[in-house]
Amino acid sequence: MTIEAQYGVPTVAMHTDKFDRVARSVAAVNGMAELRQVFVPQPVMGKSPRELRAYVDGKDPLTGRPVMQEVIEGLTTPLDGQGVGTIEYDRSTPRLVEADSEENLHRLFMESRWTDYLPIVLPTEERVAAMLAATRRKPDEVVGRMRPTHFREAWEYTVEKVAVNAVMAGARPEYFPVILALAATGVSARGSTTSSMAAMAVVNGPIRLEIKMNAGTGALAPYNHANATIGRAYGLLSQNLQGGSVPGVTYMGSMGNNYAYNSITFPENEERSPWEPFHVQQGFRPTDSTVSVFSGCRSTAYTLGIREKHWREHVRNMLRGMDPHIPPVFVLDPITARQFIDRGGFTKKDALIDWIYETARMPASEFWDYQLVQNYLYPRATFGEEPWASKLRAAPDEMIQMYRREDIHVVVVGGETNGYWRIMGASYAKTVSVDDWR
Amino acid sequence: MSTSEKITVLNPMGFAPKVVKKPLAPRLSTLDGKTVYLVDCRFDDSDVFLKQMQAWFAEHMPGVRTVFKPISSVYLKDDPTTWDEIKARGHAAIVGVGH
Repeated sequence: MTIEAQYGVPTVAMHTDKFDRVARSVAAVNGMAELRQVFVPQPVMGKSPRELRAYVDGKDPLTGRPVMQEVIEGLTTPLDGQGVGTIEYDRSTPRLVEADSEENLHRLFMESRWTDYLPIVLPTEERVAAMLAATRRKPDEVVGRMRPTHFREAWEYTVEKVAVNAVMAGARPEYFPVILALAATGVSARGSTTSSMAAMAVVNGPIRLEIKMNAGTGALAPYNHANATIGRAYGLLSQNLQGGSVPGVTYMGSMGNNYAYNSITFPENEERSPWEPFHVQQGFRPTDSTVSVFSGCRSTAYTLGIREKHWREHVRNMLRGMDPHIPPVFVLDPITARQFIDRGGFTKKDALIDWIYETARMPASEFWDYQLVQNYLYPRATFGEEPWASKLRAAPDEMIQMYRREDIHVVVVGGETNGYWRIMGASYAKTVSVDDWR
Repeated sequence: MSTSEKITVLNPMGFAPKVVKKPLAPRLSTLDGKTVYLVDCRFDDSDVFLKQMQAWFAEHMPGVRTVFKPISSVYLKDDPTTWDEIKARGHAAIVGVGH
């Protein structure tokens, strides 16, 4: 789109047919509904040159016309007038939904894809006003902007819009500053990747205790009102405030991700952790209240305890099972956190992270052959971006680090019923003050 | 509140930016004698596909000069260096393969 619109070069965009609706939708919201687009069968990945030549020689599966005929016509057929000129489209959002019965409104919200298909609380004026009373911020104040993918336009939202979604999720007003902080991250919990991402939200500081979040037994499970509804609100506000999360249009996760129901929302167990809290590592004071968001959350490895004899090998095996494109977040029960100190002497989280960084290695040839590494890291390496450029110079059998040290994180949560722990493949995005949204 | 009573609720959707329609570039009268860039977005074997398309041009439209051009980094980043090159040295572009 850039080369066509900004550089004036006639262009045809090639896509696979599964991306028909999303490709046309992205072109439309970028003001180029008439962009010339041609489709070939899905997948391209893994097909042989001969198979892909058959795609070129074959027909567009959506139109039934020869692919190359469409390509050549796309570059040479004169514009019919629709592709010429500049027009603005107004897409304002009404504040209210037309009055109706509760039953009909519940149906409307579901059919409009404004819910997660679980029952919601209808956002009446009274309920939204009660939510708004939990912050000093004005209802019409802009909180941020969000979008499901890099290619789509970002939508904007106010404090009132966040409150509407918080009500729908069943959240209590006292949770609202945390929910506003999540909205202020601008990081969508309904990101549209074919890899089916979900978000993870870690709450730190006094707010955890004030609103009675659960950092102990069952913290990552549906056993606490605040954990459950804050996480659900993060999902609902993401899908609605970014302009939707509709399969085939604004959501392309092939399998989907069950974590998306409440975005793995929990407080760190600061009281039982032997280390400094996560938000302090990010430059906040212990007395600050914050929420930190991560994205990815597709891969998980787990085990019980840190064994005396082969604990290094066990952790290495777990790390080698992760996709090297997404870094590890160690999610440790307090028992395991203390075991890491006993076994490895990691009296600081940073020392454990240093060890993980050095331990997570694989042969360079294996690393560079991962599809996601090829898609996202190899192009950056070939144009000199470190540390990947140096890794690209490694001999095929050289054991190279799988991750950047700064991308590895550790959080402590759990009720010490046993020393189970897990590694979540997730990328840290940012930490936002909750106090700023009180 | 009875179930049949009409109530008023708030719309949960955010505010969409205005969409400004952008005009397409004028099309070429012919590709013969022109340079067409095959722009590899470096995603999921798109390079293999575009090289097959390059072979098609060589066989069926030898009067078209094709240039296979991978983008400078990942598809998530704008690539003005590549766009400048195509603008200066090419007449048209085929970008793929999006998925």
